Amino acid sequence: MLWGMAIIEANGVRKAYAGRTVVDGVSFTVDEGEIFGILGPNGAGKTTTVECIGGLRVPDAGTVRVAGLDPVADHDRVTRLLGAQLQESELQPKITVAEALELYSAFYPDPADWRELAERLGLHTAFGTRFAKLSGGQKQRLSIALALVGNPRVVVLDELTTGLDPRARRDTWKLIEDVRDSGVTVLLVTHFMEEARQLCDRIAVIDKGKVVALDTPSGLIGKADSSTVISFTPSRPLADTELGQLPGAASVERKGDRIVISGTDETVNAVISLLARHSVTAHRLRVSEATLDDAFLDLTEQAS
Amino acid sequence: MTTAHPAPATATTTPAPASAHRAVLRTEARLFLREPGALFWIVVFPTALLSILGLIPSFGEHKDELGGRRVIDLYVPVAVLLAMIMSGLQAMPPVLTGYRERGILRRMSTTPVRPSALLTAQIALHGAAALASAALAMTVGRTVFGVALPRQAAGYLVALLLAVASVLALGSLLCALARTAKGSAAISSVVYLLMMFTAGVWIPVQGMPETLRNIVRFTPFGAASEALDRAASGGWPGLAQLGAMALWTALLTYLATRLFRWE
Repeated sequence: MLWGMAIIEANGVRKAYAGRTVVDGVSFTVDEGEIFGILGPNGAGKTTTVECIGGLRVPDAGTVRVAGLDPVADHDRVTRLLGAQLQESELQPKITVAEALELYSAFYPDPADWRELAERLGLHTAFGTRFAKLSGGQKQRLSIALALVGNPRVVVLDELTTGLDPRARRDTWKLIEDVRDSGVTVLLVTHFMEEARQLCDRIAVIDKGKVVALDTPSGLIGKADSSTVISFTPSRPLADTELGQLPGAASVERKGDRIVISGTDETVNAVISLLARHSVTAHRLRVSEATLDDAFLDLTEQAS
Repeated sequence: MTTAHPAPATATTTPAPASAHRAVLRTEARLFLREPGALFWIVVFPTALLSILGLIPSFGEHKDELGGRRVIDLYVPVAVLLAMIMSGLQAMPPVLTGYRERGILRRMSTTPVRPSALLTAQIALHGAAALASAALAMTVGRTVFGVALPRQAAGYLVALLLAVASVLALGSLLCALARTAKGSAAISSVVYLLMMFTAGVWIPVQGMPETLRNIVRFTPFGAASEALDRAASGGWPGLAQLGAMALWTALLTYLATRLFRWE
């Protein structure tokens, strides 16, 4: 297994439903061994994109390759290499955890030991529990287990932590890192910034069916229009004109007696010297770095 | 998503091993046995109804207008058909539409096993349950109420299997047409009442007026009722009725597979 080799390649993938284009020329490659994130607002075309990768949908145009195979024409071979946890996929309400794991392991030629897998995912205490009685976190862990039971090389996890409480979400993140550390490539679909920032090696931001950015989380944050936000309450009023001329300042807002300036590192220095020049004291001065949220909002706003 | 675009099946790659399909059938059988409600309506109810009717004294009297037979004699085949209706039209459609609605079919289509394996397992299990229920009704009819077993056993079996096939095909078509489990229950109820009528649950087909009877004879259950009745009394079921059932099965199966929505 070569580290860094592309295991998923999407090239100009396009998909429309009843004339409405949902995925509009999406291209990216996922390298073996990475956690690759697909981030985007609801309805951006994330799920359709991964459905094309999983061979559930046939793209109208473009190509998809999983380990060099066409997910549609080579459906059976691709399903053995790619495990998927898709949105809104449940199980039979009365099937038990052990039964589901045993059943799904029977689908694959070389399955993982499902008992061991369940133990790793903390499901061994729920073997006899029926699906309908599982907690949200347990259902998600079972979904991950079912996606992994065939010993896949790549696993697709779509909106894994939606609806989980913060604790269960953090546990799930740890789990995804463990999965990657065991050598499985992870394609993670999410609309949670925090999740993408914590987990992903690289992120494709998708909006309105197009990839609007593809970078590492810190690379994306650096691309935000205003990566630094300075806010303070001046001891004496300051003129808007002077504030607007600050180098690198993207915007100046007044919130009551507080001034909020979005800009860059350069702006920070300029603000400090401006204050010194006018002998103005800045009360409750705060300088904060932009987050992935800011980057994301900038990126998705630009596209609209 | 609104429209279904399932990936086309390809014959070029190796399918999942037979053991995978056996595992599906085994699991679905276990789940089937966990549905006491469905089991009651399919297996217990038809025979229970037969037993209650059998306790009505006048139903045990030989009637000239029925060719010297008793009402209870006519109700054994009705109980047999009722078992099939309960299984194929009442119990099965909500299960299959539920599997679609809950994304169980969707999850399965990401594995090497096609989701159709799940559907065929359910169809087979409902067919088996209907046949078991039919056997129970005939056994109770024979031992408790002295209703003779079919004299033309082979003919009876052929008619029975065709009847099961046509009801399962009809149930599958209902799933194909219904968008939701609720919708399937609504369509099922209408079809169910119609089928109950044509199967002679309320008035035995043999007792219907001439014109009505001639129409009902060619409906899936009217045909089944007449074929089973014929075989029960020792004759080979009419080719017209067997043919009608076979045609219904073929037509309904064709429509069900063409119209089935995978999501």
